[in-house]
Amino acid sequence: MENPYMPYPVRIDDIEVATEDKSLKTFTFVFLNPGDEEKFAYKAGQFAELSIPGVGEIPIGIASSPVEKGFVKFTVFRTGVVTSHLHNMKKGDIMGIRGPLGNWYPWEKLENKNVVIIGGGFAFTTLRSSIVYMLDPANRSKFKNIDVVYGARSPGMLLYREELFDWEQRDDINMHITVDGTDDPDWKYHKGFVPQVVEQHAPTADEDTYAIVCGPPIMIKFTQPALTKLGYQDDQIIMSLENRMKCGIGMCGRCNIGKELVCKDGPVFTLAEINQTPKEY
Amino acid sequence: MNFITIDKSNWTKGIEKSRGTYQIFGPVEDENGCQIKSLEPGGQPKMNADVTVMSPKSVLFPQTETILTADLDESKEDHHIMKRAEQKYTPRAVLGIRPYDARAIQLVKLNFDTKDYRDPYWCDAYEATTFVGIGQNRPTPFDFSTSTGCGPFSEEGLDVLLADLDDRYLAKVLTPKGEAWAAACGFDAGADTKESQVLFDILKKEAEKNISTDLGTDKLAQKSILDLYEAPFWDDVAFSCINCGTCTFVCPTCWCFDIQDETKHKKAARFRNWDTCMSPLFTNHASGHNPRESKVHRVRQRFMHKLKYFVDKYDQGIMCVGCGRCVASCPVNIDIREVCTIMNNYEKK
Repeated sequence: MENPYMPYPVRIDDIEVATEDKSLKTFTFVFLNPGDEEKFAYKAGQFAELSIPGVGEIPIGIASSPVEKGFVKFTVFRTGVVTSHLHNMKKGDIMGIRGPLGNWYPWEKLENKNVVIIGGGFAFTTLRSSIVYMLDPANRSKFKNIDVVYGARSPGMLLYREELFDWEQRDDINMHITVDGTDDPDWKYHKGFVPQVVEQHAPTADEDTYAIVCGPPIMIKFTQPALTKLGYQDDQIIMSLENRMKCGIGMCGRCNIGKELVCKDGPVFTLAEINQTPKEY
Repeated sequence: MNFITIDKSNWTKGIEKSRGTYQIFGPVEDENGCQIKSLEPGGQPKMNADVTVMSPKSVLFPQTETILTADLDESKEDHHIMKRAEQKYTPRAVLGIRPYDARAIQLVKLNFDTKDYRDPYWCDAYEATTFVGIGQNRPTPFDFSTSTGCGPFSEEGLDVLLADLDDRYLAKVLTPKGEAWAAACGFDAGADTKESQVLFDILKKEAEKNISTDLGTDKLAQKSILDLYEAPFWDDVAFSCINCGTCTFVCPTCWCFDIQDETKHKKAARFRNWDTCMSPLFTNHASGHNPRESKVHRVRQRFMHKLKYFVDKYDQGIMCVGCGRCVASCPVNIDIREVCTIMNNYEKK
């Protein structure tokens, strides 16, 4: 068994400012050793530790999709020591990626189901990975209707804007893009908070419909009752949790909610599962 | 199973002889009390110490340990590429480890050696180590190891168990590692198996008589996590706690750690340190949000982890071996025996 603390060496291939306030950047990495990409085989919903020698590591959801080859992408919010350092790095710099870590959205269970993706703010990274995965020509027929509700504070704070607007044009995915507010007279999408848009536009539940929810705590808090109103049972609501992590492999002991370790048993849980654990996230 | 008699007049000579093969660890007195430490040549383990202040977990899990290194000098071809830090895992023998501490290592193994991931630093050290335990003829007043699935003459996790018979040790050799250690020491005076076992049984019985605590843990598994978590007694349990972390520091089963990076000139090192769930920083998010923000959260986490989450996750009993170190060391007299009793007896109204 390989050393689970050893990151794969990668080179920063591209850096893109992701939001108008520049607090988020999308990093594209290429593996230095060609064989490592295969070892890093991941599924949509997993995360990895971005590892900067001498600075530290941070757990970040994988934003690229398993169907995209040759690189991996992460969108990172600048907030602490490691992310601030990362934001100041440049193309060509060498660092490490350790993973993939954690579980993933339950893709086998979601086959032949309607999938409703609900995201807010910068918690849209693994959701982007999921959408790209589902829309891939090899996979689209495995899923029934796909709806996406995604909101941010303002148009400039939406992640992956070009892709969002491309998806908007397609007929095999129903996009419900929203912003809290904007003074742009040409804004042609929704205005309002995510829970409202969910209540008004998300499909009502039947036994073949699942919701994947990822967002800030306040969005999750108000989205849950909206989904319940639409008839979703707690085991049809799939969520991805975050906690402070170090090892990412279930050993260092800090990210637990009850007996579940968010890094290894999660980060993906159904609401029904979360209801059985202390709310320590 | 074979038994060996070791005359105490030969003990020192045998240990010195084994240095050709083993690095020796054992209990020694220093300015901080009795500790399990690496013994320099000539240094002798204090085999009759009551208890060591710190557990021997540091032999496999040092308080701080470099795990990876990297060169940051961009003129070097492999700059910024991390490598495993060089450590030696030559054979080592821990002499005089208490049976409860040997069981603790087996419990910690559940964390570091799993079907999904293997912690190479802990596992390599574990494989290199031979555990030569000593039965506790006189358990301390804090000892409640008979309630935790071990006891003063428990053999779990040991390669050799010694019984102290004043002028000699009677050694029960339990594994091939134990045989190799005895051979390296030149201890080869066989003892009658049947008689020796009878003697062990008597010593065990006598020793266990000295342990007065009979801790109930039988009802922990059947309770719901949320019922215990939401129980009304946690404020009282945590009231006097000052979150100093001493309990986690001395505990032989506390395995939580932190990972940190440091640089010196152009060299980077990633290392891990013991951490403690008593610290708010343990769970503090970068956003400032802390899911265990109050000391009540943190005290509850420690006891729930040891007495409920672990029980449910591994089905190996509680994550406590009854050494009593946390009870003896706590500056405000929080007693895991009392908390365990409260939890075990709790019924949701």
